[in-house]
Amino acid sequence: MAMAAAGSGVACGKFSSPWRFLRVNEARTLAALCDQIIPPDDDPGAAWAQVVNYIDRQLCGPLQHLRNSYRYGIAAVDKSSRTLYGADFAALTPVQQTELLARMEACRAPADAWNQLSSRAFFDLLVDHTMQGFYGDPRHGGNRDRASWKMLGLPYPPIRGRLHFDVSKQ
Amino acid sequence: MALQHVNAIVVGAGAGGGIVAKQLASAGLSVVLLERGKWCTPFEDRKDDLRNQRTTVLGAPFGPDDERNPRVFVDEQGREQLVQPRDGAYNNNAACVGGGTLSYGAMAWRFMEKDFRMRSTYGAVEGSTLADWPITYQDLEPYYETAEWEIGVSGDDSNNIFKALRRRSLPMPPLPPNRECQILRPAAQRLGLHPFDIPMLRNSVPYNGRAACMRCRWCVGFACEVNAKNGTQNTVIPAALATGNCELRTECIAKEILTDAQGRVTGIAYFDSRPRLQQQTADLVVISGSANESARLLLNSKSRLFPAGIGNRHDWVGRNLQGHAYTGAVGLFHFDCYDDVGPGAGVAICDFNHGNAGLIGGGLLANEFIRLPYQFVGWRPTHVPRWGLAHKQYMRQSYRRSMGIMGPVQEMPVFESRVQVDPGVKDYWGIPVARLSGHRHPNDSLVGQFLASKAESWLKEAGAHTTWKFVPGSGLSGGQHQAGTCRMGDDSNTSVVDKYCRVHDVDNLYVIDGSVHVTNGGFNPVLTIMAIAYYASDNLVKSWKGRHGVA
Repeated sequence: MAMAAAGSGVACGKFSSPWRFLRVNEARTLAALCDQIIPPDDDPGAAWAQVVNYIDRQLCGPLQHLRNSYRYGIAAVDKSSRTLYGADFAALTPVQQTELLARMEACRAPADAWNQLSSRAFFDLLVDHTMQGFYGDPRHGGNRDRASWKMLGLPYPPIRGRLHFDVSKQ
Repeated sequence: MALQHVNAIVVGAGAGGGIVAKQLASAGLSVVLLERGKWCTPFEDRKDDLRNQRTTVLGAPFGPDDERNPRVFVDEQGREQLVQPRDGAYNNNAACVGGGTLSYGAMAWRFMEKDFRMRSTYGAVEGSTLADWPITYQDLEPYYETAEWEIGVSGDDSNNIFKALRRRSLPMPPLPPNRECQILRPAAQRLGLHPFDIPMLRNSVPYNGRAACMRCRWCVGFACEVNAKNGTQNTVIPAALATGNCELRTECIAKEILTDAQGRVTGIAYFDSRPRLQQQTADLVVISGSANESARLLLNSKSRLFPAGIGNRHDWVGRNLQGHAYTGAVGLFHFDCYDDVGPGAGVAICDFNHGNAGLIGGGLLANEFIRLPYQFVGWRPTHVPRWGLAHKQYMRQSYRRSMGIMGPVQEMPVFESRVQVDPGVKDYWGIPVARLSGHRHPNDSLVGQFLASKAESWLKEAGAHTTWKFVPGSGLSGGQHQAGTCRMGDDSNTSVVDKYCRVHDVDNLYVIDGSVHVTNGGFNPVLTIMAIAYYASDNLVKSWKGRHGVA
């Protein structure tokens, strides 16, 4: 009961997973995908900022209608990756990873992996959700440590001028 | 148990309904104000950059909820889609006490004289039901003033040489300019334009017992944390309740308008929050649900005398749905323009609202409200990639070195753009849902292109090294600025309500909200909705002769 209330009772995978919806291998692939969409440089990238946690959480909330797209899309990415490079996406070099993402963006990923959902449609979802998780409010599970807000030089807390603002309640 | 009979029911506690409830209650009528949403506070609806009126990717925080309130949207190709409030195609406004005024950007525009006389000014327009209003700017002028002083407006439009005559200045001075305004105002002057401080329903100084704006970045799309933004929820609705004559019932879903055998309205059937079906009787009923929902309620109120919905004898209810085609441009600069001082929008021009060679109408242009990081992701010129290191580099370089100028195109009303009730789909309460279909008039894109190019020149004059346009498409528009579906007119064959907002066929039924707009101006429409609410209430109160003698 307490587990369900905490939102961690939604176990969908067969394997024990620290995630709510994602399986361990799916989360690994997703982290690699997100980290090419917003890669680390002087500022953290999407994986460090816990964009995977954001997506996983929203797939058990407002974005739950997209669960099938993620389950199918992540598997199709790995299938494409094995077809093209003989390994799962997370094991590829950064050059290979961006190459596959660019193919997906252009809808030129190996066709047999994408007969239920176009690679471009999944790419669009990934980019949008990665942006949400990276730039959105940390309360939704991403933007760890307000990484993107720091990168843009946005002061914190975001509501300024209110002298009695209580940071401890954030 | 039967509910106690009252003098008036007002359906919808938004910009129009809140004012009507207060005016009627102050005049001594007993009023029930029904609202389908809740009374939200900024403390429950915490600032959330993924869940607000501008970005609804995680939901529409000010209602209605996604689970119980579907609509059907029919696109230009005729494809039907079931949509939820968070989807753009839903054309949501809000469902809460205050309606859109709780979370709006709060620009407080008076329409111009020509905005009430579009047909006389521009002639007949093919493919459009363009018409003059049955009332003029002069009829509304005193009521604009009432709205400005009672709800509370700050700003200074004395430099706007295009505005219609106002008898009284605004009650509050403008907020000091942020950096964007300091850059854009002189640039507009160099171009020979006439920039001025935007009138805003926002306290720049303490007013009406509430604080001044603290200039945070969370303004448009959010409830104000310090209650400095003025809507009906913190002005007229509390005043209505304080009279002791008005009862506000929240989470109440109006099902239909009830009529007797003679076709007079007897009350409203609605579902309360449990939900139980209730019947509230009244001497008169005012519908203020905004253009989509007011039309839906009229169309869902069928009887022997009104087989196609009440007020719909001539098939005009739900027609002419219009909003605003937003247009504009973004510029990138070599210097910082962004100082993170809200509300952001501050400077505007009305040089292009009318008198544009070869074009019908126009619209204001103003600098954009403050940008939240996720929204800024979309402010990207086409040559910059959407992802990868180049994206990140662009965000770092441009977030503070960019400005946007946007404005609402005055849309040409189109008869085929409409709200119907869907024959199949029902909401959680079993009520047929709104079905939206239609398209914009071709003139809207032409004006959009024109205004966007003016926005670009303004940005270039301000020093932009790169600019690009945002130009509206041809899809249906009826979102937060939705209007037109219960047109006001003298001829009952081509309109739904008379010039006092009374439904032609029915002497004790009124529609008082943006639905009655014949045209929607090149301006945010809320102050006009408010002015009409004061104007129509004034007439209603003057003609009120007690329970049995409604005019």
